[in-house]
Amino acid sequence: MWQLVIRRIGIGIVLIWVVSVLIFALTQVLPGDAAQIRLGQQATPESLAALRKEMGLDRPAIVQYFDWVGRLATGDLGISAAGGATIQSLIGNRINNTLFMTVVVSVISIPISVLLGLLAAMYPGRLLDRIVTSATLGLIAVPDFFVAILLILFLAVQLNLVPAVSYLSGSEGFWKSLQVLTLPIATLVIVISAQMIRMTRAGVLNVMSSPYIEMAILKGIPRRRIILRHALFNAIGPIVNVIALNLAYLVSGVVVVETIFSYPGLAKLMVDGVQTRDIPLVQACGMIFCSTYVILILIADIASIVSNPRLRHPK
Amino acid sequence: MTDTQMSTTAQAATNTDDEKTIYDELPDAPPRAGLRLSWTGKISVLIVAVWIVIAFAGPYIAPFNEAEFIEEDLQGDFYDDPSFLSPNAQVYLGTDYLGRDVLSRVLWGARTTIGISFVATLLAYFVGITLGIAAAVAGGWTDTILSRLDDAILSFPNIMLGLIIIAAFGSSIPLLIVLAGLVYAASVYRIARALGQDIMVSDFVEAARARGEGLWWIITREVLPNAAMPLATDFGLRLVFVILFISSLSFLGLGVQPPISDWGSMVRENLQGLGNGFWGGAIASLAPAFAIASLTIAINLIVDDITAHAGGSLAKKMV
Amino acid sequence: MSEQPIFQCKDLKIEARPIGKDPIPIVKGVTFDIYPGQVVALIGESGSGKTTISLSSLGYTKPGLYFSGGQAVLLGKDMVTLPPEQQRQQRGEHVAYLAQSAAATFNPALKINEQVTESAVLTGSLTQAEADKRARELYEALELPDPDRIGGRYPHQVSGGQLQRLMAAMALVEKPSLLVLDEPTTALDVTTQIEVLKAFKKVIEEEDSAAIYVTHDLAVVAQIADHIVVLYGGEIMEQGPTDQIVSNPTHAYTKRLMAAVRPPPAAGQGEGTGGEHRRDVPALEVKNVDAGYGRKADGSVAIRILKDVSLSVERGHVVGIIGESGCGKSTLARVMAGILPAASGDVVLDGQTLKPDLRNRSRDELRRVQFVFQMADTALNPRQTIGDIIGRPLTFYHGLTGRKRRERVLEILRLVELPLEFEGRVPAELSGGQKQRVGLARALAADPEVIICDEVTSALDTIVAANIIKLLRRLRDQLGVSYVFISHDLSTVASFADELAVLYNGRLVDFGPVDEVLSPPWHQYTELLVKSVPEMRVGWLDEIAEEQQKLATNFKAGEYA
Repeated sequence: MWQLVIRRIGIGIVLIWVVSVLIFALTQVLPGDAAQIRLGQQATPESLAALRKEMGLDRPAIVQYFDWVGRLATGDLGISAAGGATIQSLIGNRINNTLFMTVVVSVISIPISVLLGLLAAMYPGRLLDRIVTSATLGLIAVPDFFVAILLILFLAVQLNLVPAVSYLSGSEGFWKSLQVLTLPIATLVIVISAQMIRMTRAGVLNVMSSPYIEMAILKGIPRRRIILRHALFNAIGPIVNVIALNLAYLVSGVVVVETIFSYPGLAKLMVDGVQTRDIPLVQACGMIFCSTYVILILIADIASIVSNPRLRHPK
Repeated sequence: MTDTQMSTTAQAATNTDDEKTIYDELPDAPPRAGLRLSWTGKISVLIVAVWIVIAFAGPYIAPFNEAEFIEEDLQGDFYDDPSFLSPNAQVYLGTDYLGRDVLSRVLWGARTTIGISFVATLLAYFVGITLGIAAAVAGGWTDTILSRLDDAILSFPNIMLGLIIIAAFGSSIPLLIVLAGLVYAASVYRIARALGQDIMVSDFVEAARARGEGLWWIITREVLPNAAMPLATDFGLRLVFVILFISSLSFLGLGVQPPISDWGSMVRENLQGLGNGFWGGAIASLAPAFAIASLTIAINLIVDDITAHAGGSLAKKMV
Repeated sequence: MSEQPIFQCKDLKIEARPIGKDPIPIVKGVTFDIYPGQVVALIGESGSGKTTISLSSLGYTKPGLYFSGGQAVLLGKDMVTLPPEQQRQQRGEHVAYLAQSAAATFNPALKINEQVTESAVLTGSLTQAEADKRARELYEALELPDPDRIGGRYPHQVSGGQLQRLMAAMALVEKPSLLVLDEPTTALDVTTQIEVLKAFKKVIEEEDSAAIYVTHDLAVVAQIADHIVVLYGGEIMEQGPTDQIVSNPTHAYTKRLMAAVRPPPAAGQGEGTGGEHRRDVPALEVKNVDAGYGRKADGSVAIRILKDVSLSVERGHVVGIIGESGCGKSTLARVMAGILPAASGDVVLDGQTLKPDLRNRSRDELRRVQFVFQMADTALNPRQTIGDIIGRPLTFYHGLTGRKRRERVLEILRLVELPLEFEGRVPAELSGGQKQRVGLARALAADPEVIICDEVTSALDTIVAANIIKLLRRLRDQLGVSYVFISHDLSTVASFADELAVLYNGRLVDFGPVDEVLSPPWHQYTELLVKSVPEMRVGWLDEIAEEQQKLATNFKAGEYA
């Protein structure tokens, strides 16, 4: 089993490397000239050449790549093309803001989802299950921003309970921050939970329809024990897998949510960077997001390897 | 004729041998349920059909042009401020932040949003299926290289890949189509490959190979017809994902650029109207959002209905 | 018997309720009794409702099925109407179920011992320590290896035959009054089946419990049951003591069922038609074939399945290939057809050596060797009509199109005794036996010299299988085609083949005319196989038990590994 896990970690490392190559190739090599983009169409050939030399664009792509990766690895994220500030200073606080929000979202949504998913799977076809399945079916089909604007309209505008914009100055305390963050957190919790509930339900139902559960029923085992000992024991792997996958999905969710609520997080920074075509900033943020994503997927895979009794107890 | 009747006649028809007068072989399995849509499914089909019609006819039935500013009311009096007008006899869903008719823009936008998404999904399918089936049939190195490439693309969150590429190339409609097409081709590839592999090892393909059939016959006559139905339902789901993907990019201001109307962009443009209350401007943002939701939910419900009938094996793969 | 019955089915009715359709009756009013110490067999073909009826004793129906009338009375309580909580208690204490596949019914995440004892401990009838002790006794009684420690393992860590016996231990822990055994030996190899069967019989006798034994295998029933209930289409055709049903059936259906059962394999059953077709050159020959899967760097196979196998198929003859699962018989079939190229050795067709890989064989060579698959369900493309399935080889090999092709398709349908209107149907509209006939028709369309039949009757019910064999035999006489007939069912092969090849662990251990192979001097493995096939007479198991045991021990001690 450990061999498999180590192998999987190896693949994860390779994937992060591939991601770095792709990000670099897509942003720096393929589009042609970063210097041209920075100076605009009116630039004179002389100033272009000077900037190219300054940015190191006159060197072969491979050298540029290793230069970039080398600096990345030592924590030097480079200099923003837009303002000239170091990217570290731009990212600094914002990464904490994004982390804070996603942690709160996870803490709320994981227990809710696992519980609702389990309950729905325990009583398939009952009222609770029907409500949960149709509500989540609707929610996974709509865009994240749809949920967000409905929440703004009802909670912020009509009822005036919470602010519609989640601007943080940095001096707020924990509870004040939470209040400001109510809407973005609620949006993400709803969107992520819908996915997680459906997948948890499907995972548990899959286990519940297996012959060994039927056998447990025929042995006269009480329902509670069937679910807690027989089903859950086998469903834990799939559920952990679902959780990790959905945390990975959060990476996409924060992009839209931070933008709509003007929340000063990493994703908002990246979207702004895309709009101003600040390539070094986009590269750095992209690497952070994509590596997180790859690591979460890796955790999901390891969870399913570790939870497989055949692999845990070899012959 | 229902399945039950068919199998009974099939049973009766075997009674050629006089020894088999009674006690025929009993049917293997209970008759399969035919595809019957639930009431939600039927309504969904209707909704999707209406949007398809609008995607074609929208510009002709819309009262105004998508870029036209409403300056005077029906009496010919000029508005003081034509932006975020409440719905009235002239503009049924009010006006947007620049004073354009929301209804007309939703109708025009249907063409952009549905059109781009549909073409992108087609592209994703063309690329994904071709490569997926090729990998499944060829196996070996072809399969390994294509699959590793696929893993690499799938190790990006979709929206990240979108952001990075748009940062590098700028946004345009052809780029959006290619972008969404290639991003989703990666997941279509996975499904097509898995399906193809399942079918390739089935006995009837082995029978065709043992007969000496060529690759072309095996792919077009044995594999594709059996992959078609599951892939068709998956197409619906994939279309939903592409619509959500493109709308999200547009919503971020990185997708379809003004003045072209597009549902995702419209939601963004009119966000400021949310603060003016439902009729006083929120509707300008809500109307296109509801348009997206109605379409995607309807497609999802149809797919759900079909997979519920067709059994779960593919449904599992699609999660 | 004056005692109270342990279990009574009283006019029991069960129906399926498909969503949005009328209910379909599955069990149509069944009545029978089981008395203490009695083993009652429910026999019937697939679709007869035998499993559904047996589950009613636990008050359980498979999803989608519902009780629609009558009673299933266990120890005076009607399991159908009992409240769930009491039903659960009955299940734990008084009735236990053994399923067909133990591999699927053990929870993969829990240790065996916990699963065996939990029911007893939960109902409070035994403490954990008592239950553990009882389980250990049962492991020993069921002749499981290492009874002290086997319970501490996980289900995937023990063999299939052991798991089957462990399931019996699980059922017997609480000394239930009624045991329900649902095809408990069907999935096992013939030499393993006999051990499990012996273990079951012994425990049932020692524990003095009553049992319902569900099976389609009449020979097995004859060994273990006191009373037989014959079912067809959810109704009882006939019931009575085992002796009477086996030796003197009265109902027409039972008679047909008995007639379809092959006698145990013995010399002198073969057709002996071979001589007249005999020519110097065999139709198909296999010479010193090695084959397997995967490739090592030096070009040899990584997993070697077949080891130095040679045999020949005379023109118009039937060569039966037998062996237990994993012996390589299907691999041999695939090597002959070229689907799996042999690693070394030759396949010779009519004196000409064929290329190992079918991609390098000529179309005519391919035409002359045809293949029929075990699972007719998966061997026919579900998206093609029967007409297309049979017509394709006609076009491919013989260039027939249009009206000529259609006429020939109809001719072939007639040949395999299928109605002509099947031409326009798709496989899903046919029953299992009909689909197998289509598979055969597709092979015949090529006009082949050799047809390789890989377990073609294994997935079919007894009567249907017997009809397929009858058809194969007629086609051989009519067309002079040779068969390679692969099966794990020795009785079927022995009654049909001219020559017999016995495979064990990838090696050909015995090959020759049926009469020679099946009479002394025996090859010791062949003898073990033959003696393991249950005979359809009462008492066979008790007589043979010791002899079979000795053969098995001798053989395992022998050099065949």
